[in-house]
Amino acid sequence: MENLLWASFWHNDLWYAVPLIIAVSLVYSATRHEQMGPILVHATRIAIWIVGFMAVVFAVLLLMSWWQ
Amino acid sequence: MLAAFLAWLIPGLGHLYQGRRAKAALFFVCIMSTFVYGLYLGGSNKDLGGGRTLGWGRVVYASWRTGDRRLPYLCQVGIGLPALPALVQADRAGDGKAPLWNGFMATPSLERQDFDQFGQPTLNTLHKQLHRFFELGTVYTMIAGLLNILAVYDAWGGPVFIETANEDKKDEGEDKSQDADS
Repeated sequence: MENLLWASFWHNDLWYAVPLIIAVSLVYSATRHEQMGPILVHATRIAIWIVGFMAVVFAVLLLMSWWQ
Repeated sequence: MLAAFLAWLIPGLGHLYQGRRAKAALFFVCIMSTFVYGLYLGGSNKDLGGGRTLGWGRVVYASWRTGDRRLPYLCQVGIGLPALPALVQADRAGDGKAPLWNGFMATPSLERQDFDQFGQPTLNTLHKQLHRFFELGTVYTMIAGLLNILAVYDAWGGPVFIETANEDKKDEGEDKSQDADS
């Protein structure tokens, strides 16, 4: 049963968020800096922040679902 | 202002006009690829019978009809020229004419049947065939438009010049030498 769940891992709609996170991070960072080096560094930080925020929200929703 | 207008017209063009080529390329690639992927998600070349297909770019269209006020277009138009064909198609739809370009960015009919008088899929058919990809394509194209608004603001603001510590020390050194001479 667990194999079936892992097999569907790559078919999760959440993967559609990845290109958006990359694009938003790069464009936002490019509005804060002029040189490509700082842009890429800042974009990486922003992307990690976004993914972390989504993970926190996921954890909160998961806890709430257990609580009910 | 011209740089800001060019940045709206085509993502990155305003920055290219200002000589900021790396950022121009970054904005163009990131924003246009997001928009184009949204157009791809919001369409299909699957045969629906009778040689008719959904077509591409169905999630970008302009409409202010009762029952279909297409608010996402207000965000999508932020990308500029790539979203303007929807206005041409909307104007033709208002005049009762057949859409151009095989229905690319055409305003879908609100009729109950699967296809309208011009053989174009109705809004009902678009939702039925595309399922969640209609919303996904809409979101991708909206975000591309909104990201271009950021790029327009960046072009309007111009390049940021940051004084380095070495330049500050050099200025102090010149001031001191001028004081010594006097």
